[in-house]
Amino acid sequence: MVNMVDASPQVAENISAAEVPEVELYHPKSYWTKYIFSQDAKVIAIQYSGTAIAIGLVALVLSWLIRLQLGFPGTFDFITPEAYYQFITMHGMIMVVYLLTALFLGGFGNYLIPLMVGARDMVFPYANMLSFWIYLLAVLVLVVSFFAPGGPTGAGWTLYPPQAIMSGTPGGQQMGIILMLVSLILFIIGFTMGGLNYVVTVLQGRTRGMTLMRMPLTVWGIFTATVMALLAFPALIVAAVMMLFDRLLSTSFFMPALVEFGEQLEYGGGSPILFQHLFWFFGHPEVYIVALPAFGIVSDLISTHARKNIFGYRMMVWAIVGIGAMSFIVWAHHMYVSGMDPYFGFFFATTTLIIAVPTAIKVYNWVLTLWRGDIHLNVPMLFAIGFIVTFVNGGLTGLFLGNVVVDVPLSDTMFVVAHFHMVMGVAPIMVIMGAIYHWYPKVTGRMTIDWMGRFHFWVTFVGSYLIFFPMHYVGLVGVPRRYPELGDATFVTDSLHTLNAFISVAALIVGFAQLVFLFNLFWSLRHGKEAGGNPWRATTLEWQTSETPPIHGNFGKELPIVYRWSYDYSVPGAPEDFIAQNDPGPTKEEAAR
Amino acid sequence: MTIALVLILVVVGSIVFHLFSPWWWTPIASNWNYIDQTLIITFWITGVVFAAVILFMAYCIFRFRHKEGRKAAYEPENSRLEWWLTVVTGIGVAAMLAPGLYVWGQFITVPDEATEIEVLGQQWQWNFRLPGADGQLGTSDNRLIDSENPIGINPGNPLGQDDVVIEADDLHLPVGKPVKMLLRSADVLHDFYVPEFRAKMDMVPGMVTYFWFTPTRTGTFEILCAELCGTGHAFMRGFVIVDTQEDYDAWLQEQSTFAQLSTPTKLSAVDDTRP
Ligand code: HEM
Ligand SMILES: [Cu+2]
Ligand SMILES: [Cu+2]
Repeated sequence: MVNMVDASPQVAENISAAEVPEVELYHPKSYWTKYIFSQDAKVIAIQYSGTAIAIGLVALVLSWLIRLQLGFPGTFDFITPEAYYQFITMHGMIMVVYLLTALFLGGFGNYLIPLMVGARDMVFPYANMLSFWIYLLAVLVLVVSFFAPGGPTGAGWTLYPPQAIMSGTPGGQQMGIILMLVSLILFIIGFTMGGLNYVVTVLQGRTRGMTLMRMPLTVWGIFTATVMALLAFPALIVAAVMMLFDRLLSTSFFMPALVEFGEQLEYGGGSPILFQHLFWFFGHPEVYIVALPAFGIVSDLISTHARKNIFGYRMMVWAIVGIGAMSFIVWAHHMYVSGMDPYFGFFFATTTLIIAVPTAIKVYNWVLTLWRGDIHLNVPMLFAIGFIVTFVNGGLTGLFLGNVVVDVPLSDTMFVVAHFHMVMGVAPIMVIMGAIYHWYPKVTGRMTIDWMGRFHFWVTFVGSYLIFFPMHYVGLVGVPRRYPELGDATFVTDSLHTLNAFISVAALIVGFAQLVFLFNLFWSLRHGKEAGGNPWRATTLEWQTSETPPIHGNFGKELPIVYRWSYDYSVPGAPEDFIAQNDPGPTKEEAAR
Repeated sequence: MTIALVLILVVVGSIVFHLFSPWWWTPIASNWNYIDQTLIITFWITGVVFAAVILFMAYCIFRFRHKEGRKAAYEPENSRLEWWLTVVTGIGVAAMLAPGLYVWGQFITVPDEATEIEVLGQQWQWNFRLPGADGQLGTSDNRLIDSENPIGINPGNPLGQDDVVIEADDLHLPVGKPVKMLLRSADVLHDFYVPEFRAKMDMVPGMVTYFWFTPTRTGTFEILCAELCGTGHAFMRGFVIVDTQEDYDAWLQEQSTFAQLSTPTKLSAVDDTRP
């Protein structure tokens, strides 16, 4: 076994003295450059997060409308099938892309990467600023589509052609689909500017002593996810451009010869399945683009609040990198019943189930970190536990859907909806909330109100489980997804309607509990207890800044020097139950004793 | 503390729900009970893992919760334990994958004696075509679709003349005979899905996709569309009626062939029944 505290003084001796004079850059001249067109990654992070949460609230409200229709069909006249399809499409797209991706990478990435690796800022601050403004533009275009003639697209978040650009789908022959595609293209452009920043900052901007294998898993998760996003988004952007051409210029990339309501269309020769390959070549890695930052962050939450080093750090890093790499060769598990050559099924089922192994290792290591820990059930820890439960649940149902033949009866049913909500909806959201409670004191200098946090946790965790666990069985019974009404098939029983109504009520309650969360965030800005610099007594660099909230430039005059890995909790013989990464610790002789 | 209890409740509640709730799959009506069995194996393996992980976590939380004077252990790695867990996980995964791939092999290997039946999806109805006396379907093309030729049969192809055309009406099948469903779409993606048959497959314009099954009991089964196809998606319904051989033959007698439909007198019967 390696000695993880190899850190130590000799390393420090090789390092030149800390300097870095104050630089012009760190002193914005006016209110505008300080708070609006800021190049400070921390301000950009807050801008990203605020925008993502705001548009995320729209998606939350849409989920209420969806659930109202499913739980009480026929009660709400304004939810026509057209509107229903627009709601689910916007809900899904916003949640996955504009909320989760933007919040994890643009929000947490911007705030945490420079602080955690001991950098003053991102390496390209100007591009970083542009990244946010282009993201904002993408969001605005998306919002405009709600008010465009014909409304937003109702093609489903997967936007499958041919229907996405045809008249039988809301927005298909109006502005909806065009604005959606334009917004996605903008999003990708904006993301690329930020993404290059995160990657280069991790590779080039680390402070002295911060080797890659000393980085907190949060940074590993965000870093790997960003690399993946940079490789995956190009597939989406070309698919979006090609579809725009099909729609506006009558090319036929994705459009075969077809007849719409008795009328022969001009298209011919294209392949709808080609779009699906492009979409899922992006779409599957996208799942992990959301999951890996969550994996990283939750590792740090668990370790800090259990006062114990993360178990099997090196294995955790390799699992993150391995999952990231593997996830580029599993995409067609979303296409088992798409009509592609069925022999692909053997290959993709095998790769998909192989990924389960490193994923399982991560779960074991989180749980083993709790083993013989000193578990403080603070609010972030509660959310971390909630994450493990929902992630394990959703990960296991992934083994159903990945195992090609088992997927056949389940695909395109509510089972799938339940599965992906557990694994990439609820689980990452749990981490986001835990992370917000965890880092709020650093961002604002104040603690959140504890009882509100606990209330929020209990309603969200128990409620989400009650929503999504039974939903698997709705799918098992046979209910297809994307059905605003069930009609009268044999499996549509009274008890099924009751179950649907129950799920809807739970969804409304969970939704309203989020208002408590928001209230807590605003209220604590003024009324929270003063936090001090390091309220959780954590080891990583962001907690060691001289000022809280950290100033522009992060670390005052001198950059910290790193002497140890990120997880020196409860080190035997140490005076306290944590040793900060920039703490040189005992001398060699003392350590040897 | 409470959280440890709640975790136990989550596990127990999930198992009780699984075993006793009334929501379970529809009684099967095809040969694909292999699929059901693979699904059951998967339920067992994943269920055990779920219970084990969550209960172990509940125990840890209970046993190692913070108390005055508690100090966590310092144990960065334990290679033996990690390898051991990796191997056990690998075995569990293989135990699910192996039967899965085996059954998939059967799923995509169509028996030679299977009758070919064509399904044509369009927004938002189902049409069918059965081979006539020659036992073979004629060629077809979306380009040929018009009001007189609703499923685009090639009129120049002699094999197609005796094909039986069923426009927007129920499909009948004889029980116990394997069928290969050839799936086509006139417009957008659809998916031919009958929950009782377990099998489903997308229908893609410009391609012919397929799956096969053998109906194992008589009855009326509802066809649902399982791939989003526009605003009528949820209302795109149809029926498969599985008959005894005599009933099936009687029904078949009453159907019209392509040649019959193409003669002008019959044409008026082919009203546009699209909703
Ligand atoms: C309170 C929380 C939420 C509730 C109650 C909820 C509910 C729903 C419902 C009922 C559907 C429609 C299912 C259908 O008929 O096909 C849906 C679709 C979807 N949801 Fe959520 N959801 C929630 C949060 C999330 C989150 C956090 C994500 C992020 C991954 C998400 C991603 C999606 C996606 C991708 C779809 C598919 C949209 C489509 O079919 O095109 N949801 N949600
Ligand atoms: Cu996937
Ligand atoms: Cu359809």
